[in-house]
Amino acid sequence: MKNQENISVILATDCGSTTTKSILIEKIDGEYRLSHRGEAPTTVEAPFEDVTRGVINAITELEELSERKILDGEKFISTSPDNNDGIDLYISTSSAGGGLQMMVAGVVKNMTGESAQRAALGAGSIVMDIIASNDGRKYHEKVKRIRELRPDMVLLSGGVDGGTKSHVVELSEILAAANPRPRLGNNYKLPIIYAGNKEARKEVNKTLVDKTDLKMVDNIRPTLEVENLQPSRDKIHDLFMDHVMAQAPGYDKLKKWTHCPIMPTPGAVGEIIKRIAEKEQISVVGVDIGGATTDVFSVFDEKFNRTVSANYGMSYSICNVLADAGVENVSRWLNHDLDESDLTNRIANKMIRPTTIPQTLDELIVEQAIAREALRLSFDQHKKFAVSLKGVQQERTISDTFDQTMSGETLVDMQQLDMIVGSGGVLSHAPRREQACKILIDSFLPEGITELSVDSIFMMPQLGVLASVNEKAAIEVFNKDCLVRLGTCIAPLGEGEIGQEMLDYTIFVEGEKHIGSLKYGEMKVIKAKYVECKANFNLKGNFSIQNKGVYEGSIYGGEVGIVLDGRGRPFDFNVNTENRKSLIENWRNSINEYPNLEI
Amino acid sequence: MSKSYTPGLKVLEKTTIQKERLLPLKGKVHVVKEQSVDANHIVASTKIPGNIQMINIANELNIDADQIKGCMLCNIDEPVAKGQVIARSKGLFGFFKSEVKSPLDGIIGNISDVTGQIIISEAPIPIEIDAYVPGKINSIIDKEGVSINSNGMLIQGIIGIGGEKKGKIKIFDENNTDFSGIEHHDILILKSTLTYDLYRKINNLNIQGIVCGGIDYQTLTKILKKPLGVAITGMEETTTIIITEGFGEISMADRTYQLFKNNISKTASINGATQIRAGVMRPEIFVGSEDDSIINDSFDQDKLAISIGSKVRIIREPFFGCIGEVIELPKELVTIDTETTSRVAKIKLNDNSCEIIPRANLEVILLD
Repeated sequence: MKNQENISVILATDCGSTTTKSILIEKIDGEYRLSHRGEAPTTVEAPFEDVTRGVINAITELEELSERKILDGEKFISTSPDNNDGIDLYISTSSAGGGLQMMVAGVVKNMTGESAQRAALGAGSIVMDIIASNDGRKYHEKVKRIRELRPDMVLLSGGVDGGTKSHVVELSEILAAANPRPRLGNNYKLPIIYAGNKEARKEVNKTLVDKTDLKMVDNIRPTLEVENLQPSRDKIHDLFMDHVMAQAPGYDKLKKWTHCPIMPTPGAVGEIIKRIAEKEQISVVGVDIGGATTDVFSVFDEKFNRTVSANYGMSYSICNVLADAGVENVSRWLNHDLDESDLTNRIANKMIRPTTIPQTLDELIVEQAIAREALRLSFDQHKKFAVSLKGVQQERTISDTFDQTMSGETLVDMQQLDMIVGSGGVLSHAPRREQACKILIDSFLPEGITELSVDSIFMMPQLGVLASVNEKAAIEVFNKDCLVRLGTCIAPLGEGEIGQEMLDYTIFVEGEKHIGSLKYGEMKVIKAKYVECKANFNLKGNFSIQNKGVYEGSIYGGEVGIVLDGRGRPFDFNVNTENRKSLIENWRNSINEYPNLEI
Repeated sequence: MSKSYTPGLKVLEKTTIQKERLLPLKGKVHVVKEQSVDANHIVASTKIPGNIQMINIANELNIDADQIKGCMLCNIDEPVAKGQVIARSKGLFGFFKSEVKSPLDGIIGNISDVTGQIIISEAPIPIEIDAYVPGKINSIIDKEGVSINSNGMLIQGIIGIGGEKKGKIKIFDENNTDFSGIEHHDILILKSTLTYDLYRKINNLNIQGIVCGGIDYQTLTKILKKPLGVAITGMEETTTIIITEGFGEISMADRTYQLFKNNISKTASINGATQIRAGVMRPEIFVGSEDDSIINDSFDQDKLAISIGSKVRIIREPFFGCIGEVIELPKELVTIDTETTSRVAKIKLNDNSCEIIPRANLEVILLD
């Protein structure tokens, strides 16, 4: 790999569960910019069973579009002053093959179990189950569950350093009795990371060392007041590379191609979300909706949390969204008549043929309706999980710790939320940015004043891993080419009657004054680019923004503009809402969501 | 030009397949290389660990955990019988001794002086793996299983439920109300959609499997008694059902149906197991043949690449299920009705009309 300052052409891929995305970043006039993008179906599965084939196909598409030769057979060409061919750096992320699937264990489910879950999620894994001494299951039920799950690895925690050993040793005995087999490959021992009471290491080692590939790291909870997640996360990353990647088809080859370790996709997206929050000093909710899973990230008061909704996605798991949301919740977003059987069959056909795309507007609207529900359900899960603990290291008082063992206040404060960032095919590739904007508003229901943005072409994963080797390039591309500012949503709190006066507004957009009023039940868009706009809102009746009846300040537009959402919060909208179809049509028209739709 | 690969289901009249038959844990292989086997031949076996029970001896005897070893009357790996005294406290001056009896037949798996618990494992459960398809043992995977080569007809479905079964192929007209000719060993082939009413009637006959063109998602929900959320199937305890085309009212492709017709009354091996995530596995119907003249037609990935002249099936509305031929592959991205830009193909449909279809919505039909 060249020195950072000499790197001028960067190739990055993201091997997703459905498609492999490739991007080419070039240094143009001293600045890193995205130049081209390619995509091809992921080939981790039979009949190909070699992830590199999809990578090569995605790169071949880049070659065609950029007219730059990157590959000579299966070898990367280095840049040369003599021609326009080659690259200087190749990096990759991956969630193909189902991503990293872990099981975690802790003595108390809501304490060490929760900390272990946070460590695993933060490292980019899917947590299949939490085994805990107090989870209410009998021993044989736990053993049966562990045998059935076949995780990629296990994170075992429990007990503070110097505390009682018996419970965490008991957990290790359960693991030993289950003798779990790894998901991929029968010929290696299951990696188990022990991150519990250090005084129990000897006994845990004696119990597990012969049957598993046991690794010891610092206690995830050395004292009641301290949560220490990083050593566990680092070890998860190492084992992901050494074990899981080594077993997945073609990854041994891909590992040799990349100039830095392959990162699990969610881990890479999390890195970028954290950087946005740090750089702009704001609270952020990020979402990455994929084919199989939906990841939600949040940063509130500098506390980072990630959840993965393992069975909510837009292709492989789409029927699970339908099952959990219910047909009525999906149908409420549609204003064309589609009988239940037709709707469910269309959605089920997407599940079994996951790489297909909507060809008609009707199909697109159905897909975007189900995306709203997938995002809503995933965000609900995130709010329940992101409770009063932070992800990296936390000092807390004894009383706080006892609070945490209870249900815990959610950290997600919608009125405090500054920005929502959307990523994933259904948002990044929505034919109109207005559609992505409306999907985000409908599913996250921002309150007060919230900026909205999307990942332009679904490249946050690649930029996340790029940030670890060339931060300058990652940040430049992120600002110029990745983050698309859609605008700001103004959503007053309060409920009312349709047509009731909600607020009067005055907004200055590049010298032009926009004056008007917003009625309950309507949506309006003021066209404004991503520039500072002075705004004044006078709320009527019981409506409020940031708990006040008057707001004066600066807001920003974007590709869509300033969206005034008068539908009230809480937002009560279901399939039986009076005049539902005409409301949907009005909202669509106000934001120019589907201008070509013929009813 | 880059190749555009599509998901392709195999519908092959004559092919050679290779089946790996692997044990869940290492065990014993019962066949040798080059040996001919029929579908029911047991090729490997093993024993998987039995259920376990953990008993807290320290609590039962009211002693400290570190005293447990002195109270145990049996050792690790020792078999114990239900009702057998396995631990006894020392009591007070030899009196007031407490005892713990084994609640089951099994083997002592662990004695822990940290937790005070013991583990008793029930007897291991024997597992046998049969050949599933008739053929010849191609290779032995030491202690794990075998690979079998088999010649015959292979049809892959798009989704299925239920596990491996073997039975005889019988064509069934879905309008037929006479079920008297159906036998327990039958695998019924339905050209069109399987309705719930028909399923109920057929299922009462306890047959081996049903292969049909389409099924309504809600019918499948009724059969499974829950919605199918993620397409990972094969463990359902139902009649094995394989759907060849998809959800909705769709008929089986003519060629697929004709192949079944050509194999009436022949023994087929079927498996409804489907996994569309992390290692695509499609349900299959295989009919073995003794015809050794079949050339080993190993999978050629280039056959899945769309090119001019490819025979394709459209797999998304508004032309879902239509079959045609690729006549143009424009290099440029094209804006479709949704306003998205996509790589497309021009398809000549069977009625000679032409349509522009996103390449992502095409499936190559693999022919022999």
